[in-house]
Amino acid sequence: MPIETRRSDDGQTLTIRVEGRFDFSTHQAFRDAYEHSDASVNRYVIDLSDTTYLDSSALGMLLLLRDHAGGDSASISIENCNSDVRRILSISNFEQLFSIG
Amino acid sequence: MSGASSLSPILSNSSASAEADALKVLIAEDSDSDRLILSALVRRLGHQVVEARDGVEAVALFCDQQPDIVLLDALMPRMDGMEAARQIKALAGERLVPLIFLSSLSDASELARCLEAGGDDFLVKPYNRVILEAKINAFNRMRKMHQVLSDQRDQIRRQHEQLVEEQMVARRVFDNVAHTGCLNAPHIRYHASPLSVFNGDVLFAAERPGGGTLIFLGDFTGHGLPAAIGAMPVAEIFYGMATKGFGAADILSEINRKLKKILPVGMFCCGAMLDADFKLGQLRAWNGGLPDGWLVRANGKHLTIPSRHLPLGVQAPDQFQASMTVLPVQPGDQVVIMTDGFSESRNVRGEQFGEAGVHRVLADLEPPKEPFDALMEHIRMFTGKPDAADDLTLCALEIIHHEQLQARNDRAPESALSGPVDWHCVYEVRERTLADFNPLPLLLHICMEVPGLRRKSGEVYTLLSELYNNALEHGVLELPSDWKTSPDGFGHYYKERRRRLAHTNGHYIRFALSHQPTDTGGRLHVVCEDSGQGFDFESYSEKVLDQRLPPGTRYAGRGLELLRRMTRQLRVHGRGNHVEIVYDWESTALADNAPSGHNDTQRIADD
Repeated sequence: MPIETRRSDDGQTLTIRVEGRFDFSTHQAFRDAYEHSDASVNRYVIDLSDTTYLDSSALGMLLLLRDHAGGDSASISIENCNSDVRRILSISNFEQLFSIG
Repeated sequence: MSGASSLSPILSNSSASAEADALKVLIAEDSDSDRLILSALVRRLGHQVVEARDGVEAVALFCDQQPDIVLLDALMPRMDGMEAARQIKALAGERLVPLIFLSSLSDASELARCLEAGGDDFLVKPYNRVILEAKINAFNRMRKMHQVLSDQRDQIRRQHEQLVEEQMVARRVFDNVAHTGCLNAPHIRYHASPLSVFNGDVLFAAERPGGGTLIFLGDFTGHGLPAAIGAMPVAEIFYGMATKGFGAADILSEINRKLKKILPVGMFCCGAMLDADFKLGQLRAWNGGLPDGWLVRANGKHLTIPSRHLPLGVQAPDQFQASMTVLPVQPGDQVVIMTDGFSESRNVRGEQFGEAGVHRVLADLEPPKEPFDALMEHIRMFTGKPDAADDLTLCALEIIHHEQLQARNDRAPESALSGPVDWHCVYEVRERTLADFNPLPLLLHICMEVPGLRRKSGEVYTLLSELYNNALEHGVLELPSDWKTSPDGFGHYYKERRRRLAHTNGHYIRFALSHQPTDTGGRLHVVCEDSGQGFDFESYSEKVLDQRLPPGTRYAGRGLELLRRMTRQLRVHGRGNHVEIVYDWESTALADNAPSGHNDTQRIADD
């Protein structure tokens, strides 16, 4: 399973972990991961520690999540990126929209 | 467009109805009694029978009758079953015609030979009715499945051909909107696949009315139709605004606004805009989401133009940042921009060329070699594909002397010959509007309504923008032009310009334009006044006009000098905050086919 989700104990943080290639093939699974979470979630963590690659459709999916989570008021952090993934995020200047750690 | 949804349903109830189908069965058997028995059996199962007495007859009847299934004796006179099987299979071509050998042989290798010759199965004598029926039904199911699959394959093939055809037509439609602009100008080199718009790549170039080049390279997320549809308004905005004289930042803001509105969340366009002003020796660059662009100096030094912005179509208009990086450039410098398809190109071992690869090529560049050629050669060598990948776009812009561009512009086609020729208008921009509105497109638009003057749009734009920039930067903002003589000061100048633009309260810039027809063309009279403190024009003009420095050595202070050369009359009144020009122009209709702007151009070039 390339996408795994985990809820924090208080139920407010949803962690989505993407394994391997984060591209169009994970589109549906990624969407399901946050769309099926309940309303008490107010913070999202995208854990990319096992993500080897990220393409522009993944950037699009992150924007969709941001929209779903409230647009400018969304709280989403992208964590544990490898250097390639980090580079792609920074070329697109996604640090302006997400907190990238 | 028809999609996969219209494919015929796969194998739907074909097996259920197979049993009931009446088939045409060809029976080839030299023994009369055996043939009689088998024919009776098959007829009793509800099928139609065609009988042959040997292989030759079987092949002839196969052509004639097109049976659905063939039952074939292995041993027959004239032509045996093996040979008949080979010929029948060859004649059937892509159609699946099940071929069942009839044999009294029990030798395994003989039976195997039957299958090798093209048989699908065999039936051992004496015939068993139940087994015969089961085999005919089983092969009929297989035959129908084959039929459905080949129909679907043909349908997909037809749809694919149709799709390619539609793409070609769409491409022609797209080309009419997003024509190549001035992409074919000698100072622009580019590589883009002919159907690149369906890969989401777009590349546009336009000549600035004031003598410069504007290039936009975009890379939409996703492929196919959605990307191509998104590209259409970008082309319209780019070409529409560029010819009207809007600045790159205004065009970017408009593209972003439009894309934000029409693209679904999650779809966007990475892009880079280059705005080269050859006259000022200035490059303005914006990069939102594309890999590093490069400025490769004539002396071999190179620096990056990194992505500093979010891609287009992501941010709301009020959050979008169109601020451009300003770089001083000189003739011979090259600017290179590319889509990520370039650095993501892979070799046979699956390794990426990478941004490091791009950097290496530029670092190893031997001067007469152009960056564009070096990059294309390396990518072809690396991928092993002579025509490179079709998912990459690369564009190189050479900084040239502005006279080179102007000489070409004078050959632009003439516009319609009716319109206002005798008019006067005053337009004043004031207060906060000075900070965020560029009146040049509007003023140029008014002037371009004069028939015949459109051909001079470059010169008119230059006149208006020199007057406006002089009034805004040196008048209202009180920026000293000496700052622009050093690369450091250059940056400082533009930073300070941005800062001071926030404090324009109480200021104004007023344009009074009038036009009258003359026997040979017309006279445009422009007065530009501003609310600034003005400057010591006498000493300023002496300083500027007496120096004969080669072009490119200074970044500024040439505005008034340029106006003086281009106009019949230039007068500076008051403290230098009231400038008046008289510009005479000649209609080409009177000057035969000789480009009338030629003399003007020469005058500028020779001075």
